[in-house]
Amino acid sequence: MGRLSTMLCGAELDSPIIPASGTFGYGYEFAELYDINILGTFSFKGTTLEPRFGNPTPRIAEASSGMLNAVGLQNPGVDKVISEELPKLAKVFRKPVMANVSGFSVDEYVETCAKLDAQEQVGWLEVNISCPNVHGGGMSFGTSAASAAEVTREVKKVTSKPVIMKLSPNVTDITAIARACEEAGADGISLINTLMGMRLDIRRRRPVLANRTGGLSGPAVFPVALRMVWDVYEAVSIPVVGMGGVSSAEDVIEMMLAGATAVEIGSANLTDPYICRDITERLPELMDSLGIVDIKDIIGGAHNG
Amino acid sequence: MKESVFRIKENRNIAPLTFLMVLEGDCAGMDRPGQFVNIKIEGFFLRRPISVCDIRDSELTLIYKTVGKGTLAMSGMKEGQELSLLTGLGNGYDITKAGEAPLLLGGGAGVPPLYLLARKLREEGKKVSVVLGFNRSEEIFFEKEFSDLGCDVTVTTVDGSAGVRGFVTDGMPEHYSYFYTCGPEPMLRAVKRATATSGQFSFEERMGCGFGACMGCTCRTVTGYKRICKDGPVLEKEEILWED
Repeated sequence: MGRLSTMLCGAELDSPIIPASGTFGYGYEFAELYDINILGTFSFKGTTLEPRFGNPTPRIAEASSGMLNAVGLQNPGVDKVISEELPKLAKVFRKPVMANVSGFSVDEYVETCAKLDAQEQVGWLEVNISCPNVHGGGMSFGTSAASAAEVTREVKKVTSKPVIMKLSPNVTDITAIARACEEAGADGISLINTLMGMRLDIRRRRPVLANRTGGLSGPAVFPVALRMVWDVYEAVSIPVVGMGGVSSAEDVIEMMLAGATAVEIGSANLTDPYICRDITERLPELMDSLGIVDIKDIIGGAHNG
Repeated sequence: MKESVFRIKENRNIAPLTFLMVLEGDCAGMDRPGQFVNIKIEGFFLRRPISVCDIRDSELTLIYKTVGKGTLAMSGMKEGQELSLLTGLGNGYDITKAGEAPLLLGGGAGVPPLYLLARKLREEGKKVSVVLGFNRSEEIFFEKEFSDLGCDVTVTTVDGSAGVRGFVTDGMPEHYSYFYTCGPEPMLRAVKRATATSGQFSFEERMGCGFGACMGCTCRTVTGYKRICKDGPVLEKEEILWED
């Protein structure tokens, strides 16, 4: 076990660095740039039962220290992901991958998760109950403790792999949702998905995004994400995967000190495609300077007293 | 795709809101005309995608319009400044389909990528006609540069202050073997309506990454969903679904 290794729901990761869903596709574009097997794992593009085109364009807008996206879960559907993308993915990534799943009904979550759970390559299921860019699904399951628990409970019934529930920050009390997921059998919690926001084109006097609203991500949201990781770490005893605006090795350490067992990196991949490699390479040196021997030793390390 | 640091050699205003930037750096892997680079600009989160106008050895020429804060910041950059670029992005134009006498149609900020295309086609000995469309005479750029390549150049202006009055479609010659076009979407639609010949269109879209990872710029085509940044920006006429 190396200094960067960490345990995520019973499975060892060589590194806590995990590219976040929707910012890494199925890994191909990045595999052309560096050996993506240096990553702990990665969470592939959000998958639904049926194929989805997603939202009309423009789907992307600039924000201060961040961006808005309203992609809307574009994906080829779970059957094609299994028949076409996973075999291609296996050629560039040898480790277990994290399957990110979304849905528009409990049954859809259940069916999609069951199909992906049966794939040998899949190591974890990350169940997205927090997408702000689809209507009548996604985030609506993650904004009430009862429905978050229901999705968790039903998905757990049909799966054998660890189930990580991905939570929305667009709630009054994220710890209540996290606790409800834990009580319903979740093996881990990942947070945060994007914060709902919008921009207007002041010349045209209308929203920049065709979907009107989008999800804010990037360095702008890091302090918000960190605070929520901190609170959820205190509220549950299952592992917490932290994400939201992480863009440096220092941010990774900060997230882990707040309670993250592993750290997902999202929009930074889009502006700097080498960011996960660079952070991975920089971590040992930073750990030396901070007196950290093994990275897993610092998980929740700022919660003393 | 790769990431490289380029140094600004020249950055000057060539027409209203229009700037020409020459950068020095590693230009390997971006030999297809119609490709673009994605530029990191200090103070902005997303990179700015700009089409390649010309490449000569280690010199990259871009022509860009200041349409927002990012490109406005670019216009103030000084010689010697270094920039991080993702290069070799997009599919680019396929010049093997040109035939003997291809037609190039560019509107405003859509003119620059046609320059490298015209140069490559001329190097292959093609008889190249170019129609450059602008709003008014002051906005015209690169008319002479295209002529110097040996292209047959027609300029159109919407207000009639230079060349043919009207749009690029009003300056189209009668005979050509194939066409290549780049410009605002209403112009692309007009070109599609005005021709029965096959050709290629280059599209613009707001992008997240510029290299195919985020699905921020997807469009529907006859052959399925395509990412403008990675599977485009050039699409063939026959595969485009024109949404109204």
